[in-house]
Amino acid sequence: MKLLSRKVTCNSHGQDSSYFLGWQEYEKNPYDEKKNPKGIIQMGLAENQLSFDLLESWLAKNPDAAGFKRDGQSIFRELALFQDYHGLPAFKKALVEFMSEIRGNKVTFDSNKVVLTAGATSANETLMFCLAELGDAFLIPTPYYPGFDRDLKWRTGAEIVPIQCTSSNGFQITETALEEAYQQAKKQNLKVKGVLVTNPSNPLGTTMSRNELYLLVDFITAKNIHLISDEIYSGTVFNSPGFISIMEILKDRNCENTEVWNRVHIVYSLSKDLGLPGFRVGALYSNDDMVVAAATKMSSFGLVSSQTQYLLSALLSDKKFTRNYISENQKRLKQRQKKLISGLEKAGISCLKSNSGLFCWVDMRHLLSSNTFEAEIELWKKIVYDVKLNISPGSSCHCTEPGWFRVCFANMSEETLKLSMQRLKAFVDSTTNGHNQSSHQSVKNSRRTSLTKWVFRLSFDDREPCGER
Amino acid sequence: MTRNHPSTRPERRKPAGATAMRLVVPLQGVVQGRGGLILGSLIPCALFYFLQFYMKRHRSPKPSSDPPSPSTSSSNLPELTRTSSRSSLSTRGSFGPARVSTRASSIAKQTDSLYYVGLDKVKEDPYHRTDNPDGIIQLGLSENSLCLDLIEKWVLENLTDSIMGTNGGDLSISGIAMYQPFDGMMELKVAMAGFMSQVMGQRVSFDPSQIILTAGATPAVEILSFCLADHGNAFLVPTPYYPGFDRDVRLRTGVELIPVHCRSSDNFIVSISALDQAFNQTRKRGLKVRGILISNPANPVGNILPRETIYDLLDFAREKNIHIISDEIYGGCTYGSEEFISMAEILDSEDFDKSRVHIVYGLSKDLSLPGFRVGVIYSYNESVLAAAKKLTRFSSISALTQRLLVPMLSDTKFIQEYIETNRRRIKKLCNSFVAGLKQLGIKCADSNAGLYCWADMSELIPSYSEKGELELWDKLLNIAKINVTPGSACHCIEPGWFRCCFTTLAQEDIPVVIERIRRVAETSKSSS
Repeated sequence: MKLLSRKVTCNSHGQDSSYFLGWQEYEKNPYDEKKNPKGIIQMGLAENQLSFDLLESWLAKNPDAAGFKRDGQSIFRELALFQDYHGLPAFKKALVEFMSEIRGNKVTFDSNKVVLTAGATSANETLMFCLAELGDAFLIPTPYYPGFDRDLKWRTGAEIVPIQCTSSNGFQITETALEEAYQQAKKQNLKVKGVLVTNPSNPLGTTMSRNELYLLVDFITAKNIHLISDEIYSGTVFNSPGFISIMEILKDRNCENTEVWNRVHIVYSLSKDLGLPGFRVGALYSNDDMVVAAATKMSSFGLVSSQTQYLLSALLSDKKFTRNYISENQKRLKQRQKKLISGLEKAGISCLKSNSGLFCWVDMRHLLSSNTFEAEIELWKKIVYDVKLNISPGSSCHCTEPGWFRVCFANMSEETLKLSMQRLKAFVDSTTNGHNQSSHQSVKNSRRTSLTKWVFRLSFDDREPCGER
Repeated sequence: MTRNHPSTRPERRKPAGATAMRLVVPLQGVVQGRGGLILGSLIPCALFYFLQFYMKRHRSPKPSSDPPSPSTSSSNLPELTRTSSRSSLSTRGSFGPARVSTRASSIAKQTDSLYYVGLDKVKEDPYHRTDNPDGIIQLGLSENSLCLDLIEKWVLENLTDSIMGTNGGDLSISGIAMYQPFDGMMELKVAMAGFMSQVMGQRVSFDPSQIILTAGATPAVEILSFCLADHGNAFLVPTPYYPGFDRDVRLRTGVELIPVHCRSSDNFIVSISALDQAFNQTRKRGLKVRGILISNPANPVGNILPRETIYDLLDFAREKNIHIISDEIYGGCTYGSEEFISMAEILDSEDFDKSRVHIVYGLSKDLSLPGFRVGVIYSYNESVLAAAKKLTRFSSISALTQRLLVPMLSDTKFIQEYIETNRRRIKKLCNSFVAGLKQLGIKCADSNAGLYCWADMSELIPSYSEKGELELWDKLLNIAKINVTPGSACHCIEPGWFRCCFTTLAQEDIPVVIERIRRVAETSKSSS
């Protein structure tokens, strides 16, 4: 037979990962308020559905934007033919201004340093193509977005070495952890090209502290490596201590004309902040001209539709709208998060204190039958099959401690969230009252070990269509 | 006794081990005759290991260019060297500054092929009939805007229903705002299958479940390259070919493109003997051929593969156990007497092995919508479909655009009118343009499709060489102020051919273009 390439054949076993059982089960039996009230509620999808009405009302008031018109004149022809990989200038300008606004206008961005890509997935991969290759590694703090294993490593050949973070300090990055990861990479004969952080964090939902950011800048300066700051959730910060962008830190430290200035790169997208993942709008920002030049050419493989660029340039240029949207969206996220937290509390479950994102990092360690990842998967399966909630187990995010789960709150209605919390409470009550330590669990344990292995190899399944960021 | 040390001839592309063995084995024999078994095996072993060590330290860059071809001076060939990133570091070992990857630095610094240089120059000084009559006329961009008026009309008439989807009269963005399957909405796949069928005259039907949608044909080609070949493998490509393939296939995948030269005597249709020769030569160089990449209708020549040639290609692919990627993006831009025959049509009707054929398509040429980024991979191979589907996460079509296109492509009456008008308008312009060139004594290749003609200006070039061709190209760009694509940018082996895209012109512009060429032609003829 005509074989396929090694790149695609070596990862096909990822499809057997039991992790995707959750997704598969959900798709087989999706919850619907009216049609399927006993179905599985999707809480593993980090999507922001809370502010569509704001977008819809803007669109209703501004039909030209979606109608290929500018000032009443049709620009359809211009847009139909526009495929310049430098992007629509008006859109890039509006985008960087929006990014600036999210950062309280404490930093400004140069639209010439932006490269547009079809989603942050593409931006991350493109940056990795620009900065690393076979034999190189990037250090990423755990827990991290499972998609990175696929997005950053697959076609680029680069490796990921985890920076182990623990609950002892709220999963913050420490100097020791950074250094250990660096040494670990060396042991594996990998050359460390940089550090990649998600700030605000997925799956933690926390913003990085000033200290952590200083630590990172010091580290990359000392090691002479790059830093990628994936700030895709920067607009979802709804509580103190507020969002501090890496650019702000560099400015504070007067790094503008130093070498490190060129080694810090930002990834952004409109999928989370504006709730438009379907539009496929991502961007990477770099002060390094070579990165921008190379990435621009590579963006040919994932350009943003001109129709979409135009619509969004109109939307984001409306400063009144953006100001209102940002604050209203954050307000709604804050309220919704509170509801999730109180629901969890009623079930006796706590979570990591968080101020951003579309999810909470939930602590279910006390519900584990043992402090192992096998027990975590066991619990997770119960939650998917019996409680009928699809949530993301920490092991899929490479968390070092079993028992943590990511639970999303912004992709469903309030009633659905309430229902999910009721189900959870009922489950917790039944397990604490009943006998949760049963001997027959040990019989299943042998099967669990192989399942855990699969959990880690979740990258390549096509059943996971949506960003579980 | 021996052949030269392999490292003194870096062009030799044999794998290091094989050459070393040729050194070691005779040596071993000699030593064994005199030094006995121990010495006889020890010395060659030591030599062998020393050789490996030596060559590892001084490994020359992976071969990336083709055997001497007329195009090397114009096209850029990114060196995907692996070792230089480390050698560029300071000697402080792992504390050296982290540069960007070698991939990035070579891509960023690339001097662009003349194909891109010309396009950029036009941007600086674009012709406009009234506003800038002395500007550069663009004949280097294969863009079809002849029937955009029809599409614009359709969009403006059908818009509100199509874009957001009405939810009881209110706009509902949630349907398209949320995550979609990365390889495209099923409704669009269904509509696309129907559209492709219509474009190809209903002579073949396409199965939506075999369609993967991508953000343009550019990523479609790259994704297929990643799926079908490993780093260091090769595809055979008949020349002249679309300059963009050099980027689409080679930029990041590490797959080589081996040109298979076609001649004007065959009207640039590829011959099996040429393919065979190229296949064997490539194999001798130690590169594994994984497939053939072909455009049909051809770009830049504009001809359509005859049925027999398609049969031959399929037989060849089966015999060598390789894939065929058939880029059929111009399938709807046919205007001649010959009908376009898609690979799909042949596979539907004849008994060939389907699993090795993959078709690339898109809406940039047939539907004039390059800005919307809509491409297609059509394959009969389940494994390729599964793999390509996963890779579309990096190159998905915006849901907003998908939502617009579903009703448009499904409007069979509109599409039929569009296809016919498109063909008619292309034909008219083509006839005028080719006739105009003929008046100047410039003949064009026999073509039936595409948005361009392949003109033979070899009589106007000062010397029958690539250099001569580039001199003429330069004159045309800077004196006549028209941008055409020189054959060397398309890896054509015969100098003097130029691709002239006429679909960016209006009828009135043609005499202007012809006149400008005439002036240059006259000075060229008088000076040669």
